[in-house]
Amino acid sequence: MAILIKGGRVVDPANKIDAPMDILVDDGKISRVAANIDIQADSVIDASGKIVAPGMVDMHVHLREPGREDKETVATGTHAAAKGGVTSVLAMPNTIPAMDCPEHVGLLKEIIKRTAKINVFICGTITQDRLGKELSGIEELKKSGVCALSDDGDSVDDDKLMFRALEEAGRAGILTICHCEDKALSGKGVINLGFNSTRLGLRGISNESEYKRIARDIDLAGKAGVPVHIAHVSCRQSIEIIAEAKKKGIRVTCETAPHYFSFTDEALLGYDTNMKMNPPLRSPEDLKAVKKGLKDGIIDAIASDHAPHTENEKDIEFERAAFGKIGLESGLAVSVVELIDQSVLTWPEFIQKAALNPSRILGINKGTLSVGADADIMIVDAGKEFVLEKKNIVSKSKNSPFIGRKVKGLVEHTICNGKLVFKA
Amino acid sequence: MMFWSKKDLLGLEYLTQEEILLILDTAESFKEVSSREIKKVPALRGKTAVNLFYEPSTRTRISFEVAAKRLSADVINIATDTSSVRKGETLIDTGKNIQALKADIVIVRHSCSGAANMLARALDISVVNAGDGWHEHPTQALLDIFTLREKLGKIAGLKVTIVGDIAHSRVARSNIWGLTKLGASVTVCAPELLLPAEIEKMKVKATSDIDKALKDADAVNVLRMQFERDENAAFPEQLDYYKKFGITEERLDRAQKGIIVMHPGPINRGIEMSSGVADGENSVILEQVTNGIAVRMAVLFLVAQAREKIKNGDID
Repeated sequence: MAILIKGGRVVDPANKIDAPMDILVDDGKISRVAANIDIQADSVIDASGKIVAPGMVDMHVHLREPGREDKETVATGTHAAAKGGVTSVLAMPNTIPAMDCPEHVGLLKEIIKRTAKINVFICGTITQDRLGKELSGIEELKKSGVCALSDDGDSVDDDKLMFRALEEAGRAGILTICHCEDKALSGKGVINLGFNSTRLGLRGISNESEYKRIARDIDLAGKAGVPVHIAHVSCRQSIEIIAEAKKKGIRVTCETAPHYFSFTDEALLGYDTNMKMNPPLRSPEDLKAVKKGLKDGIIDAIASDHAPHTENEKDIEFERAAFGKIGLESGLAVSVVELIDQSVLTWPEFIQKAALNPSRILGINKGTLSVGADADIMIVDAGKEFVLEKKNIVSKSKNSPFIGRKVKGLVEHTICNGKLVFKA
Repeated sequence: MMFWSKKDLLGLEYLTQEEILLILDTAESFKEVSSREIKKVPALRGKTAVNLFYEPSTRTRISFEVAAKRLSADVINIATDTSSVRKGETLIDTGKNIQALKADIVIVRHSCSGAANMLARALDISVVNAGDGWHEHPTQALLDIFTLREKLGKIAGLKVTIVGDIAHSRVARSNIWGLTKLGASVTVCAPELLLPAEIEKMKVKATSDIDKALKDADAVNVLRMQFERDENAAFPEQLDYYKKFGITEERLDRAQKGIIVMHPGPINRGIEMSSGVADGENSVILEQVTNGIAVRMAVLFLVAQAREKIKNGDID
């Protein structure tokens, strides 16, 4: 089954391509990339006026299966991903049961094989049941096929245990991803600490609770001499600490999420629980720092932290509502408005952070349009403006903070491993 | 002459100066009703007000009940321990059931900040916030401001000090919004750990020095210290608090003569203030309670009227 994509603007930072090109997909792989391909294909997609880029690699996604199929399943989550132009996700391990042993990983692999519409990579836990008490069998997990480790949702509080985890992960050749939060500092906080938490009468979460833990994890990784990746960076000081560490040559990478460069904590003034997430939406100063961090290259990746929750868990009193929001379907269109249109990133830079860098960080062979690579491609009508509407959400949960927002950049086709998995 | 157009009263942050003044003026005209032989006007006859209280409260609930009854409304009281809220029904479901019973006004007290906002969004009928978490307690602030205005003839230009646990106080927040909108200058005074983040952005001065805070003040509003709450890691010892922040005769002697002393009640005598001050000539604490009825009558009347107009399509 050959697909010929004709006349699009091909953006492929791995090969430093940003030019009108045709792409031939055959047998699941990129078969040719050239200025003009004249060949008889099974199907031809006219991509003139469109952007043709590697499918995005979202390295922070909660698919909720197994255990919370009421929120999301591999089937619905990967459908949402395909709609958003995402062709690979890293599934976070805070499932029930947690991905802390080969048996549980095997269970999820089976579900993925049966129901996933795009590539799903699995993240294992750092500690057993994510309790921060005893390390998971890191070597075994690696063998079972997980491609990173994280206790996402929680941080390993015990310094010694975290150091051992980093060392073992290093030995096993697997990346550690850190959810950086000192819960002794964030406590029962529900929104960013500042004027707006005061105004709303809600408990605050300080920047300090995030950046202090980032500083610790970077310090430990440096001592262990292993790479570390910092998840969902939200504030100025965190970015400064990461920048400093990179300068020193410590192997640290990090990601941010679209909501951190789209909203400040002013978005909370109506007590909208879809704006409730952890880390929380921060101050205008932090938002500026996130954009600058993206521009300066301190922030390596953009990931959604897609966190589906049912309406039952969101349509309640603010402080009782669940943390988290969905983002697989909105990431691209929000980034066009907030980053590309505002000259924070060019298209190649955006694709680098949304597809190529995450692949490199995770050590997976994705995020490029090189000949011979897996044919994971999105075709985007970059100028198409539209409003994100609740009724169009295909994710099982509807907790998007972007509902009602005017955005730009519609994914028209998503191809994964040479197969068309989404068409607008 | 402006008119009231909101179906709900959620907080003073959301009101303009004109709207606050309208409530105060309406309250003034209702105040006289309570001194009549027959303490009743038919303004809300045939209307039903529901007191939905998720937190224990005696004075606020009773004050609302008296206010509604003096307007001839029917009043139903729902308290958490006697209703289906203990069976796990959500706030919105409870609210929708009350609406389905064709009640006209829900008066809600809840321990979660934003609960009244959420309910108001979900319901077509009027929602009056009787205190939500640490967020707002608009009728308390309105009755404080009403009392001040009655005593001193104006609000603009007054210096008002609020002392106590500012961080966890909805009364403080509502007072700050209301007083600053009406042109008073407000100082908040609390131990360092009980001053919330960036409070100065609410256009107030913040200090932990009570004598400085009382100097030149025309009035002091003394908040109840809730030593029983779970945030009390930040709380000083009770006696220590009294020494450093308690309003005593000696402190008042150093303050401006005629300084007004207010308290939303219930008072912890010997913790926030001395008995002498609570019962002394500067205290207007019981007048606040009386004025609470007039203010709540005004609020219930105005929101019910606006709801009526919205229903008839006279306003959006």
